[in-house]
Amino acid sequence: MTDDDRLYTLIAELTYLCPLRCVYCSNPTDLAAHPDRLQTADWLRVFKEAAELGALQLNLSGGEPLLRKDLEQLVEGAAALDFYSNLITSGLPLTRERLLRLRDAGLSSVQVSLQDVLAADSDRIAGRESFAQKLEVMSWVKDLGLPLTLNIVLHRQNLSRVADMIALAERMQVDRLELANTQYLAWALTNRSALLPSQAQLDDAREVARAARERLKGKIELLFVLPDYYSDRPKACMSGWGKRYLLVSPDGLALPCHLAHTLPGLTFDNVQEHSLHEIWHESPGFAVFRGEAWMPEPCQSCERRTVDFGGCRCQAFHLTGDAAATDPACGLSPKHDLIREARAAAHGQLIPLTLRYREFTR
Amino acid sequence: MSESVRPALSLELKPKLAPKTKLRLDQKTGKYILLYPEKGLLLNPTGAAILKLCTGEQTLSSIIATLTLEFQSDQAKVQAEVLAFVHTLLDRGLIQAEP
Repeated sequence: MTDDDRLYTLIAELTYLCPLRCVYCSNPTDLAAHPDRLQTADWLRVFKEAAELGALQLNLSGGEPLLRKDLEQLVEGAAALDFYSNLITSGLPLTRERLLRLRDAGLSSVQVSLQDVLAADSDRIAGRESFAQKLEVMSWVKDLGLPLTLNIVLHRQNLSRVADMIALAERMQVDRLELANTQYLAWALTNRSALLPSQAQLDDAREVARAARERLKGKIELLFVLPDYYSDRPKACMSGWGKRYLLVSPDGLALPCHLAHTLPGLTFDNVQEHSLHEIWHESPGFAVFRGEAWMPEPCQSCERRTVDFGGCRCQAFHLTGDAAATDPACGLSPKHDLIREARAAAHGQLIPLTLRYREFTR
Repeated sequence: MSESVRPALSLELKPKLAPKTKLRLDQKTGKYILLYPEKGLLLNPTGAAILKLCTGEQTLSSIIATLTLEFQSDQAKVQAEVLAFVHTLLDRGLIQAEP
């Protein structure tokens, strides 16, 4: 590792359990193999060790973090370490009273997800009735003076409603609106043909978002995240492997990203057996894709290798079978045909009716 | 609205850090950092000095006067720097300004 590898953000995936069954969930499809194994004291130690490594941001995520009964204690522990703590939630199950307790424990900000602006469609994508509760939670967040991010994942079934999404965000007075196109990994990859938009859909939505960003400048921070299937160059996934982020899974694995434990042949250490310091500096799973030595051509001699770091390792593996391949989302990848074919299929008018919902089975 | 037609800031505005931000010292670099959801803005000493005064209690002209003294610098130069910085952060919603 180099001096430039500096941990900024700890992502604590407190549990993979969730009341929702979103068809594009970013949790691994074998999530049931990773049950909650960390106690309150374990998480608090992980927070402390992350802070010592330099982490300033803490994402309390999941699954649904509200399912942890000790969330108040965890928030309090994070506040004592001066973290900027962000609760990333579906809004279920939550009462105003509990949100008040979380605020008073020192929570910095709340991100609520909606699946669409139309209740029936939001509930359909989430796999359960949840839209009304989510709106109520958003109003509590504002009432209690907490900063509010609204996150909506975009795909071909809701991209035409981006203008309505922005109007809702304005009505709810959110501080930040994240319109993030689906990344086609995990459950989303299973449902890709039902979710991947066409270029035209994407262009229209992007234009609406661009105009709104200008209009809302200073009021709402509006993010529109392109799907990398249409970017021609890959994303700097996690800002580089083992560079800025460390994620801890519910069963205690310390990982460079949300799906690193789905890559075969890599070894990741458990925080119950090793300190974060040890893991960050010495774990082979973190070392393997740091720097440039692992890179194949065309990455190895590409000027953008220090910009996108070869893209997403999980996408490389799940599409090509080789985690060390150039991300096929890159137009320069020898396997870019895989992306072109998926895009071509997305131009068809028919949306497959079957969606595979996230499920928790062994 | 493009940057060029942006109205000039009144020196009577009282800038204040937005509620979604948290200003703290980063032990690793010894610099101040302004944290907000998912991101952080690492500050140089001037930026940090400006933001520490953005409490909603002082006007821009008073902030400029304080910093001119603190850095023993030219007032016009400090004013230009403060206004440019405050403008940028207002646009990004990281500070708010009440008259």
